[in-house]
Amino acid sequence: MRFGARLVLAVITLAATATACGTPQDSGPRSHTTADCAPYADYGKHPGSVVTVYALNRDREADLFEETWADFADCTGIDVQYEGDGEFEAQIQLRVDGGNAPDVAFFPQPGLMERFARAGRLKPASAGVAARAKEGWSADWNGYATVDGTLYGTPLVANVKSFVWYSPTFFRDKGLSVPRTWTELMAVTEKIAASGVKPWCAGIESAEATGWPVTDWIEDVLLRQQGTDVYDQWVAHEIPFDDPRVLQAMDTVGSLLKNDRYANGGFGPARSMASVSFQEAGAPVLSGDCAMHRQASFYADLWPKGTEIGPDKDVYAFLLPGADASSRPVLGGGVFTAAFADRPEVRAFREYLASADFANARMGKGPFVSAHKGVDPANAATPVDRLSIQLLQDPGTQFRFDGSDLMPASVGAGTFWKGAVDWIGGASSLQVADSIERSWPRK
Amino acid sequence: MSFDAVAQQPKLLYLLQGVAAFAAVVSLILLALHRGPVRRRAAALILLAPALLLLTIGLLLPGLRTLALSFTGTGGDTWVGLDNYGWMITDHRALVALRNTLVWVVLVPAASTAVGLLYAAAVARSRFRTFALSLVLMPMAISFVGAGVVWKFVYAYRPAEAGQIGLLNRLVVVFGGEPRQWLVESPWNVLFLIVAMVWTQAGFAAVLLTAAIRAVPPELTEAALLDGASPGQVLRRITLPSIRPTLLVVLLAQAIGTFKAFDIVRTMTGGQFDTGVLAHAMYDQAFRYGETGRGAALAVLLFLLVTPFVAHQLRARRRAG
Repeated sequence: MRFGARLVLAVITLAATATACGTPQDSGPRSHTTADCAPYADYGKHPGSVVTVYALNRDREADLFEETWADFADCTGIDVQYEGDGEFEAQIQLRVDGGNAPDVAFFPQPGLMERFARAGRLKPASAGVAARAKEGWSADWNGYATVDGTLYGTPLVANVKSFVWYSPTFFRDKGLSVPRTWTELMAVTEKIAASGVKPWCAGIESAEATGWPVTDWIEDVLLRQQGTDVYDQWVAHEIPFDDPRVLQAMDTVGSLLKNDRYANGGFGPARSMASVSFQEAGAPVLSGDCAMHRQASFYADLWPKGTEIGPDKDVYAFLLPGADASSRPVLGGGVFTAAFADRPEVRAFREYLASADFANARMGKGPFVSAHKGVDPANAATPVDRLSIQLLQDPGTQFRFDGSDLMPASVGAGTFWKGAVDWIGGASSLQVADSIERSWPRK
Repeated sequence: MSFDAVAQQPKLLYLLQGVAAFAAVVSLILLALHRGPVRRRAAALILLAPALLLLTIGLLLPGLRTLALSFTGTGGDTWVGLDNYGWMITDHRALVALRNTLVWVVLVPAASTAVGLLYAAAVARSRFRTFALSLVLMPMAISFVGAGVVWKFVYAYRPAEAGQIGLLNRLVVVFGGEPRQWLVESPWNVLFLIVAMVWTQAGFAAVLLTAAIRAVPPELTEAALLDGASPGQVLRRITLPSIRPTLLVVLLAQAIGTFKAFDIVRTMTGGQFDTGVLAHAMYDQAFRYGETGRGAALAVLLFLLVTPFVAHQLRARRRAG
C-alpha cells in the first residue's frame, strides 16, 4: 500500500472505532396512551423543543418523576430529558463551569442554589413562574429560593424532618402514650430506660456526609428551646455558632444521644452511632431493642420490606414535641427547581412543575410530599406523607428549613458534620461549637 | 440501547472533521520533514511542537490557573492574597490532612517495599515463583475503590451482642475481645487505612524486586555462602546493595503514588474521623464546599510536596540511562 492509501485506511478505522464508542442515547419515543391535553393547554405548544433536567434522584424516584410529566411532555411537544446523578452536588459545579449546564436543575439545598445565583449563572424566575410560586407557597418557602430579592426557583419536594419513629405495639405493651410536650418526652424516655430498654437509637454513618443526623437533632432542639428568631439568627450567622443558647441545645441533645443509658438501643454504647449507617439505625425499633428513632419522613422508605406504617401498624411517627402541646415547630428540608436557561419551553416546564397539578399527580404515583398549598392530603401515598402535608399546611406550624442546608457548604456540609462526629466521639459541646465557629468563611 | 446513526449525524460529522484535521496536521508535519534538507533544530522543533502544544493545554495552563485560583476567595472571583495558605496552616482539619498525608507517604512505601522485599527474597529462587508472584500481584488488579470496599467490610463493626460481619472484629470476638470501631478511633484508624493501601501496593514491589534479586549474579551469593555468611548477612551485604537502584525506584514510585491517595480514603471513611488526606481535602474544598481558592491552595501544596520526589526520580533515571 502506498502512504496515501494507508493514511485513508487509518482515518477510516479511527473514525469507525470512535463512533462505536460514542455515547449511545436512548432516544426512542416512550410508549404511551393518548392523554387528555386539556389541563396542559395553558403551557402552549413547543413542538420539537428539548428541556434537559439534571437532579440527584435516580432509579425509581426518577421513573416516578418521568411518568408524572409524561403527559405534559406529550401535550406540549417538549422532550424532557431527565438525568439523575448520585454525585449531583459535586458534579453540578463542573457541568456549569464546563459550559454544559442543564436547562433545569433540582437543587437539594438552597445554599447550593444560592451559590449559582450569586455567580450569575441562574436565570431569575419568569413572571409566570413567579406568579405560580406566589400562589402556591408560603412566603417562607419562596424565601428559600430568593437571593437578594430575586426569585430564582420554586420548591419541588418537601420533607419533614422532626419525626420520631416508634412502634405503636411497643408503646401499648409498655403502657406509654405518645408524648405531646418536651417534658412528657423526657418522662417517656426515662420510663423506657427504667424498664431496661435503651429508649433512643441513632446512626450517623453516611459516607462523606457522616454526622448529618446529629446536626438535624441539634437544629430541632434549638428551634424548640429558643424559637424561630434565635434559630434564624444562628443560621444566618448573626449570632455566633457557639452562642450559649446553641451550647444549651447541644447539651440537651447530648443528654439523650451521648448517654449510654438512653442510647444507642440495639447497637450498644452511644459511641457506636459513628459506625451505624443512618439507613439501618431505626431497625431496632421493630425488634423492640430501641423505642424511638428521630428521623425524617423519608425514613418511611427505609424500613425493611413488608413493614407496615400507620397509627396501629408496625411503626408510625409522631412530631418531636415542642415546649408545650400547642406549639408545633417543624424542621424540614426541600428540593428546589432552578434554571440555567430561559427559553419559552423551559419556562413552560417550570410553570408546570410549580403547579398543584404536578404535585398532586406525583403524589398519586408514590411517596411524595409537597408544601404546595393546593395539594390535597388525601392524595398522599402513605400515612406519614399525609401527616407531613397536614403539618405543612397547618397555619399553626412554625416551619424552619434545615439550617445546615442554608449555611455555607463548607460549614453546613463540612465542619458542622465533622464536628458532630467528633462530638459523638466524646468532644465537648464548647470545643466542637468553637471550632465550627472558627471555620465559618469570612466574607 | 440502540445507536441511531441518523440522529447522531452532526456528531459524526464533527468527529470526521476532527479526525481529518488531525490527519492533515500529521501529514503536513511529515511532508515538511520530508521536503529537502532542513536544519536539525527546526526539525526537532516541528517534531516537538505537537507534544509541547498538548503539554501547554493539558498541563501548563491548568497549572498556572490553579496557582492563580489559590490566591482567590470563595467562587474564585476576589483576590485574597495569601489567605488560603494562611488557612491551610492554621485550620485544624487541614493540618490533620497534612499530618495524615505525611504519615501515608512515610509508611506506605516503607511497608509495601518491606513486605515486597521479604516476599521477593523468599520466592525469588523458588520453583513456584510465578504462582507466588501472581498471588501477591492480584490485589493490584483490583481498583482502589474495590480495595476500599473490601477493607471496609474487614473492619466493619457490629455491637457485641449481634453477629459480627467484619473479619477483624470476628477474630477479636473469637479470642474473647470486645468488638471495636476500627475506622472510627483516631489516630489508629489512619493506620488501618494504610494497611489497605499496602495490600494493593506490595505486589508491585514484590514483582520488581524479585526481578532485581534474580539479576544479582549467583556467583556473588555462592561465594559469600562459601565464606560462611549466614542467609541474613547475604541479604544485607550482597543482595540489598546490588538491588539498591531498583529499591529506590520502587520506594519513590510508591511515595509519588501515595501523595495522590484519594480513592481508599473516600470509600472507607469519606475523610471522616480525622482520616482525611490532602488529595481528599482538596476535593472536598473545591467541589463539595465550593471553596475553589482553598482547594487550589491545597493542590499547589500537593504539587510542591511531590516535586522533589519526581525530580529525584528523573535524575536517577537519567543517571541510569
